[in-house]
Amino acid sequence: MRPFHKSPILGLVTVATLGAVAWAAFAPITFASREEPFEIPKGTWAQRMAGNKVEILPSRVFLTLGIRDVLLLKNLDDVPQIFGPTLMMPGQSFRLPFEVASSYQFACTAHASGQMTVVVDEQPDTAWRRLVWRTKRIFRVVA
Amino acid sequence: MLMPMMAEANDIEALKAGVFNPPREAPDFSVRASDGAALALSHYRGKVVVLGFGYTHCPNVCPATLAVLALAHRKLGALGSQVQVIYLTVDPERDSAERLKQYLAAFDPTFLGGTGTAAQMAAVRTSYGVTAEKIGTGSDYAVAHSSFIYLITRDGKLRALMPFGHKAEDYVHDISMLLN
Repeated sequence: MRPFHKSPILGLVTVATLGAVAWAAFAPITFASREEPFEIPKGTWAQRMAGNKVEILPSRVFLTLGIRDVLLLKNLDDVPQIFGPTLMMPGQSFRLPFEVASSYQFACTAHASGQMTVVVDEQPDTAWRRLVWRTKRIFRVVA
Repeated sequence: MLMPMMAEANDIEALKAGVFNPPREAPDFSVRASDGAALALSHYRGKVVVLGFGYTHCPNVCPATLAVLALAHRKLGALGSQVQVIYLTVDPERDSAERLKQYLAAFDPTFLGGTGTAAQMAAVRTSYGVTAEKIGTGSDYAVAHSSFIYLITRDGKLRALMPFGHKAEDYVHDISMLLN
């Protein structure tokens, strides 16, 4: 193996990688708001009735306790939408906070499948959990 | 003008339950109460109404929910008199007014049940977005139903809904906020 002082590029890559891992583990995770907002746009129902496939909301929503643990749905459509067991009237929003890490299934008429899953993760309050949380987040974005 | 709006927004964000904004008028209903009288939601203006849907043969969700509501009602102390718990049956076929009364009294004698014809109760469920599906056949069937509890303000607005699994303290917290 070549020592770092003989391969500056390898040395730089190693330092950068270690730095990134250290940042991912120790930097606090912050968001401007604990709300994860989603909007059901105007015309969603009409488009679906016209036979168009419309997917506005992801079928799985990921939240994290203590950081981003509030689901905020806004119904901007012209018709009521069902989320879980409840009706959201046109123009109405529904703000649902979560306090327990789990996977929640909801009926949701804004989805073609009629289902929405909200996955609530534990608060990443240790270096290892922050590292895992950030890694999972990258994979979710890429996927 | 701005200050009360900001205060209201903060209040909304402090609730443990899911919150509707703006709140809509809670759909009124007129069914038969477990005490034999007529039961109309509008009759309870001035009180916070805690509205649930379930049935007396329910093996798990309903007893657990009602036990939590009963504990919350006790913890509210004197404020409890300004709160009315109403439990509407999703199984009117088996839940007579008398049966509901007996069942609910085991949790809290102030709780009111509501029953009616299958069509009446289905109409109420539709207006709230509540689902109920009969599972099985014969006399020993079950009913899969929505387990959320609705919180209705003193002026009859459907403000919030509490998902199943919350503790009595969460109800006390939110009901106290709605009362104030």
